[in-house]
Amino acid sequence: MIAYILRRLLYAIPILIGVNVVTFGLFFLVNTPDDMARMQLGVKRVTPEAIAGWKQERGYDKPLLYNDKAAGSARLTDTIFFEKSLRMFVFDFGRADDGRDIAREIRLRMGPSLAVALPSFIVGLLIYITCALAFAFFRASYVDFWGVVACVIAMSVSSMFYIIGGQYLIGKLWHLVPISGYTGGPDAWRFIVLPAAVGVISSFGASTRMYRTFFLEEISKDYVRTARAKGLAESAVLFRHVLKNAMIPILTGVVVAIPFLFIGGLITESFFGIPGLGSYTIDAINSQDFVVVRSMVFIGSLLYIAGLLLTDISYTLVDPRVRLS
Amino acid sequence: MNPHVTPRLFAPGLAVALLVLAGCGVANWNDPYPASQSGQNILYSSFSERPKHLDPVQSYSSNEIVFTAQIYEPPLQYHYLKRPYTLIPGVAAAVPEPYFLDANGYRLPASAPARAVAYTVYEIRIKHGVMYQPHPAFARDAAGAYRYHALTESEIASRNVLADFSETGTRELKAQDFEYEIKRLAHPRLHSPIFGLMADYIVGLKEYADTLKQANEALIKRGERDAWLDLRKYPLSGVEVVDDYTYRIRLKGSYPQFQYWLAMPFFAPVPVEVDRFYGQPGMAKKNLTLDWYPVGTGAYMLTENDPNRQMVLERNPNFHGETYPTEGEAGDAERGLLADAGKALPFIDKLVFTLEKEGIPRWNKFLQGYYDNSGISSDTFDQAVRFGIEGEAGVSDSMREKNIQLSTSVAVATYYMGFNMLDPVVGGGADPASRERARKLRQAISIAIDYEEFISIFQNGRGIPAQSPIPPGIFGFRDGAAGINPVVYDWVNGVPRRKPIEAAKKLLAEAGYPNGLDAKSGAPLVLYYDVTARGAEAKSILEWYQKQFEKINIQLQVRPTDYNRFQDKIRKGNAQIFDWGWHADYPDPENFLFLLHGAQGKVKSAGENAANYANPEFDRLFEEMKNMPNSAARQQLIDRAIAILREDAPWLWGYHPKDYVLYHAWYRNLKPNKIAYNTVKYQRIDAALRAERRQAWNTPQWWPLLLMLTLLAAFAAPAVLTWRRHERATAAA
Repeated sequence: MIAYILRRLLYAIPILIGVNVVTFGLFFLVNTPDDMARMQLGVKRVTPEAIAGWKQERGYDKPLLYNDKAAGSARLTDTIFFEKSLRMFVFDFGRADDGRDIAREIRLRMGPSLAVALPSFIVGLLIYITCALAFAFFRASYVDFWGVVACVIAMSVSSMFYIIGGQYLIGKLWHLVPISGYTGGPDAWRFIVLPAAVGVISSFGASTRMYRTFFLEEISKDYVRTARAKGLAESAVLFRHVLKNAMIPILTGVVVAIPFLFIGGLITESFFGIPGLGSYTIDAINSQDFVVVRSMVFIGSLLYIAGLLLTDISYTLVDPRVRLS
Repeated sequence: MNPHVTPRLFAPGLAVALLVLAGCGVANWNDPYPASQSGQNILYSSFSERPKHLDPVQSYSSNEIVFTAQIYEPPLQYHYLKRPYTLIPGVAAAVPEPYFLDANGYRLPASAPARAVAYTVYEIRIKHGVMYQPHPAFARDAAGAYRYHALTESEIASRNVLADFSETGTRELKAQDFEYEIKRLAHPRLHSPIFGLMADYIVGLKEYADTLKQANEALIKRGERDAWLDLRKYPLSGVEVVDDYTYRIRLKGSYPQFQYWLAMPFFAPVPVEVDRFYGQPGMAKKNLTLDWYPVGTGAYMLTENDPNRQMVLERNPNFHGETYPTEGEAGDAERGLLADAGKALPFIDKLVFTLEKEGIPRWNKFLQGYYDNSGISSDTFDQAVRFGIEGEAGVSDSMREKNIQLSTSVAVATYYMGFNMLDPVVGGGADPASRERARKLRQAISIAIDYEEFISIFQNGRGIPAQSPIPPGIFGFRDGAAGINPVVYDWVNGVPRRKPIEAAKKLLAEAGYPNGLDAKSGAPLVLYYDVTARGAEAKSILEWYQKQFEKINIQLQVRPTDYNRFQDKIRKGNAQIFDWGWHADYPDPENFLFLLHGAQGKVKSAGENAANYANPEFDRLFEEMKNMPNSAARQQLIDRAIAILREDAPWLWGYHPKDYVLYHAWYRNLKPNKIAYNTVKYQRIDAALRAERRQAWNTPQWWPLLLMLTLLAAFAAPAVLTWRRHERATAAA
């Protein structure tokens, strides 16, 4: 397995380079270094000299990909792409265009993102699996019918509706938790409850329906009939056999999402005032801060690769027949 | 699984959860602030965009000056209550009267014509005994040496925030601090937005920037890119420190508007100790910079800088003894704005600004009493504002129930639609006949676009149609019949009335486009409107514009683009018709009329004249007017200049926006000030009243949750019973 993991990690390097090239290309397709300078310097009374100075200080006065005025390898290395990309592979993200240390920002913002995403993820998973099992158990009954109806309705509603509706009902009308905001320490839970609950409810429909399908597929298999014929209690059939055998398709979607909990939710964080990495990314896109955008895309790619690797490893844990080689 | 476990645990579990909630120590469960702040003398406000800069030489945006104006104190400030806006001393002892010199350095009389003035000198005396806020940069050890000016790499590495420096100190404000800040305008690493402008006026500043650039490059060559650049080593000829409390600034020529710049943070003092402290290699990487932790002598100091969440300012314990003004304009006493006359400032102990990116949560928290004031978005306008029989704005019944007050004021700003005068169709080109045709075309469009309707539909009535670039409240603005734009309006029954559309059609025909068709080719006239790419909500505005142009049979093609490309088009002169706006830096007509000065042409000189308008007569009048004090003669020149502009119509004059602000009954001494931002020190909070109202408005409602749980239980009960029956049946079998 170790050889497999090492091989997968080595595969990650060309993927990350590719992602970096694509990010670089897309970003500079719509933004020029002059645009970035103007964004940082403001729109009033900005002189061409100030723009030139800003670019020079941050190394944006160089060619993007190829420096035909340089000699030898400097033609490739004395460029914006090389200088802004190489250090990232040793996790030196440098400073944002507004001068702030990106690594420190990421460290500070990871906590709030995780504080909201983790409870939402765990509680959500428990609720979705429990409900899906219940619907599967009571299949073709009123519980299953109305449960599926509820899931379809829940799936059809935009996540924005849940956010605004949650803030309106729970925060504004019922005065149970703050509408938005965040604080660290023991008081943090008051700010986490609502976004986490909204996160759980907004994914309820799609996830529960999907898991219900997995369980129904398992329930119709021969080993379940055999278990029941042996006189096993239904709870034992469901929890000891069906749940365990349905874990592989569930894990496919779940484990890959775990690393992304660090990144948080873009819209949720913005609406609830959570100072996490999701809102950091949105701010960077709005302020045309290439260094931050590139860093966040890099981290996102890395986490995705890690998620896929974890998924593969988790298969071996739930299904002894799976071997990584 | 035991089916009896869940119900048995559920009720006590819920009870424990409720007890935990009840005992969590906050006054209201939805209170976003810590319980320890309850009843305290704190102002709660919000910001929607994190400030980019807090360094006084860099900060220029309105979302930054909200913070910097409370911290830094420039030499001058604006009177809080008087209108028109009046300059008064800030940390200066008096408002300086400039004196003039000829080319040989001889003093000229105050009445000397501007063309005779070679230099203007501002001699500024500052108050004695003004102290800086406590800051580690001033901390000294027992031997008198600065405690934190020679930190090692490891000492810096162990510190992440300013609070990690345990010792602080202070010192008295000196004239040298103002000199140091002016030098920083030319700092090669800081890129001050006003450097270009000031280099044209402050003697020697341009050369000083070259000197600093060379010094900086020498450091880079030595591999000391981050090393501190000590500006004291390099003298600046245009600034002279006379003594510890007096300094002089020498300007080229005459520039009366300079006094307004002296009321902006760009000219606030920065002590060399602070620059030395933050300039240590490694500090910037930790965000330990003046841009992150400002240092000043103002009423407040920044104690928490977390722009991702919250910015907190607290009363500066060393603030000098400023008092509330004892006089204002007519009606201020009746409005209770002089009740605190003569009392020591500031009144509020702490300012808490919370990041709220979205309007809906911000609005709802204001209604719950968790923000003391709020703007009004289009979405909430109908909920907040009602217009009376005579069109006067007031709060709605639901706002009145909460005793929420409304404050309205016309912004010192103008939003206009510009014509690119370099465009052959709307600008006219070089041929006089073509220019005349284009002028008539612009006049026709000026009549056709009904800004009264625009303001009513899209601004909820929050604006007044502009008659010229100069908004109300600025010298040069004329009200009534004398103030209307005669090209577009007639004065009828005491009010301006837009000319009939037939007048526009007639002008269009004279321009060579009868009925919207080119008289020569017969082709329909198509104009191009360049806008930044906007969402669905802007679609109705764009369609409205197209309909306005259709009134005179002109086809308007909308060319949406992203903001970068839009700016690029404006810079290169590739746009034809575009929207633009300007918020004043200072209350002087020069700050609006310069937007049409030929020397400011965007294409020609990268200036602020986005329309690239150039009229020699207007330019001459502008040059003459800008150096004059406010007087009848100046008004006359402005009138003549505006008459030219109205006739040439390089802009559709658009509108001057009106700001509507709601505030709670516990927020006192609030008077809109569209120029000054250091106004929090005059304001007052009745914290007891706020606590009482918050308590009354935010009683937790548990019954909906309990109802939902009951319904869920009722839904699940038959299923649970079935389950249990099923389990028992299996066991029996």
